[in-house]
Formats: sequence, C-alpha cells, structure tokens
Amino acid sequence: MERLEALRAIYPELEQTVVVTIMGAVAAELQSLGHRPNFFYLQHAMGLASSLGLGLALSRPELRVAVLDGDGSILMNLGSLTTLARYRPPNLVHVVFDNESLLSVGGFPTATSTGSDLAALARAAGIGNVASVGELEAFRAAFSAAASAGELTAIIAKVEARGPTAYVTDLPLLENRFQFQRHLKQLRRPPRRAHRKR
Amino acid sequence: MDAVRLATGARIPENGHCLSSNRAVPVSVEHSKLIYEALKQGGVRLVSALPETWLVHLIRMAEDDPEMTLVRLAKEEEGIGISAGAHLAGVRSALLMQNHGFLASVNGIVSLAQLYRIPLLMLISYRGGFGERDPWQTEGGGVTEELLRALRIPTERLDRPSDVGRRIRQAQTLAESALRPVALLLDRDLMWEE
Repeated sequence: MERLEALRAIYPELEQTVVVTIMGAVAAELQSLGHRPNFFYLQHAMGLASSLGLGLALSRPELRVAVLDGDGSILMNLGSLTTLARYRPPNLVHVVFDNESLLSVGGFPTATSTGSDLAALARAAGIGNVASVGELEAFRAAFSAAASAGELTAIIAKVEARGPTAYVTDLPLLENRFQFQRHLKQLRRPPRRAHRKR
Repeated sequence: MDAVRLATGARIPENGHCLSSNRAVPVSVEHSKLIYEALKQGGVRLVSALPETWLVHLIRMAEDDPEMTLVRLAKEEEGIGISAGAHLAGVRSALLMQNHGFLASVNGIVSLAQLYRIPLLMLISYRGGFGERDPWQTEGGGVTEELLRALRIPTERLDRPSDVGRRIRQAQTLAESALRPVALLLDRDLMWEE
C-alpha cells in the first residue's frame, strides 16, 4: 500500500476530523491532497504527535481526533502508547504508517524492519482496539470502523517506503498553528439556547 | 487510579522509593494547597505529571478534584505534547515535573512549545540544590538554572508561601502573552518541612 493512496482513501472522512500529523512525508502528502484548517502538521518534536492528539482528545471530547503517526516517530515515544491506553479517549484514532524506515533522512531501516511489531506493542500497552492492515481497502474499512467503535483505536498500516520528492510546503508552521487553533475555537458548540416560550 | 504512596523510612530518602514505614513524607501539604489553589484560580483544568516526592500532594489534589483532568505520564516530554494539544483545544494546563523531567523534555520544549509558540506553565521541583541529601539528584540540580537560561525560559523560584499566588498568576500571564514556556522552580524551602 502506498501511504499517499491510504491518505487519499480516508481524505473525505478527515473533513469531519481534527487531524494531527507527524513531520515529513505524511505532512507533505496530506497537504498535496489539499490542506484544511482542521489539519495540524507537527513538523518537528518527533514522537509527540500522539501526545498532542491525546491532549486534544481529552480537552475536547465532542471532537473526533485522528493522529497520523509513523513508525520512526512512535518508536521515539513508546511510553505514549501506555499513556493513551491508560486514558483511552474514545474520540481518538491513532494511525501509524509503518514503512519500516526513516524515509525522510535517507531511508535507514527502523526496528520494525527487523521484527518489532507495533500492533503487538499497542495491544500489550493496553489499547483494546488495534487493527493491523496492509491493503488499501482494509485500511479504509479500519479507519471507518474506528469512527463508530466508541473506543480508542490504533491502526498499524504497513506502507511502502516511498514518499514525496520534497518535504517543505508553502504553509508556514505558525500560520498552520494559529489557523488550527482558531478553527477549533469556532468548532465550540454554541451555548444551548434557552427554551423558547410559546 | 493508583495513588502515590506517601510513606518513607526514618532516613527520609526523598526519592520516594522507600515505602516501608508509616511515617509521612515531610512535604508541605499547606504549601502544596497554596500552589494548587493558584492553579485552579488561574483556570488550569488539565495537569500532566510524573510523580516525584515533592509533588505527591499536588498530584493527589489534582486526582481528587472532579474539575481537573490529571494525566499521569510515562515520561515528562509527553506532557509538552499534551499541554500543546490542550492549548490548541482551548484548555489551560500546567505541567508538574522534577527538574530531571525538565531535562528529559528539552526537545519537546524547543521543537514544539517554542517552535509553535505554545504557552507552557511548568512547575518544576528543584532537586539537587543546597540541602540535598540524595547524591543522584545533585548533577541535575547543578545544571537546571543554566539550562533554563540557555533556553531563554523566564524563570522564578517559588520559595516563600506569600509569593506563591502572585508568582503563579504572573507566570501564567507572561506565558500567555508571550506564547512561550515559563518555569517556576519549586524550592526546598517551600516544599520540604524538616
């Protein structure tokens, strides 16, 4: 499965989702499909996308949050899997695109290339709903199922180690950050109207 | 949720590993309460923490408070991400950590909070200074303030109870106007009673 095709498959569903991506290929490829104000690209701080997603999900339980992570990033913050499992926000889906390499720095193989199993790690951390997929249709189905699962879901998606030719996009980091924050503010549910008197 | 154990031995190691006797750790409940109330008054509704002896009362107060979301971390750097998410989502947060946890969070502070202009209110228990008996705390104690300076993080000590409320309020105000991390060093004189 190509990661770009996987992103394209779920792109329509992302319209109704608050999305946090990691740096590099995932951010550039999602932007190539079309940036939206509900997408936040964490362009550095490897490992913290899942933690940032947890902070969003706990703070705004009425919103659906998707973290689009990678094997290199989550391997830097495996403890995050245990924290996610501990608080298990039902409105969070944690997708890990596993291409078994650190693609953006030259494709050096990560430990998932030598047998470390992220789905098994997620299950062992205590995440109840874990899907491991390698085909596009299965990925699309798992992502859709996560929306109605009503529980924290992790999807480990094996993808090819191929990415875009360039990683820098024309969206400045801070523009993205402030636009995203403003968008989330606007998504606040309006205060309930007083009962209309007849 | 699991509670932090509060007992320690006669030699009073401050690392919290010795849990055999019933003697309470001499961490100030009163001053912890001052800090906690200042956080609440400042609108903090999410606290991330990694247990540390000086922080036990603060963590328990957060745990017992139905208005507060307490996130217990595996490693302090996670808290930088969680606070960033909370901020972008419109929720005020604070981080409770030991200075060694601050040392373990540096890339998150630089490459998330500073790069993306996220206000962080970091309450850091300042171990390894004068009066420290645990040898393993002393190296970290020696570099904490220098590192905060190197990172250009505005820092004040909390060492007197009369300053607690005002300093926390001022720290939060600066973090939110500058959109940057700020640090309050929880001092032995404030936290430890013996």
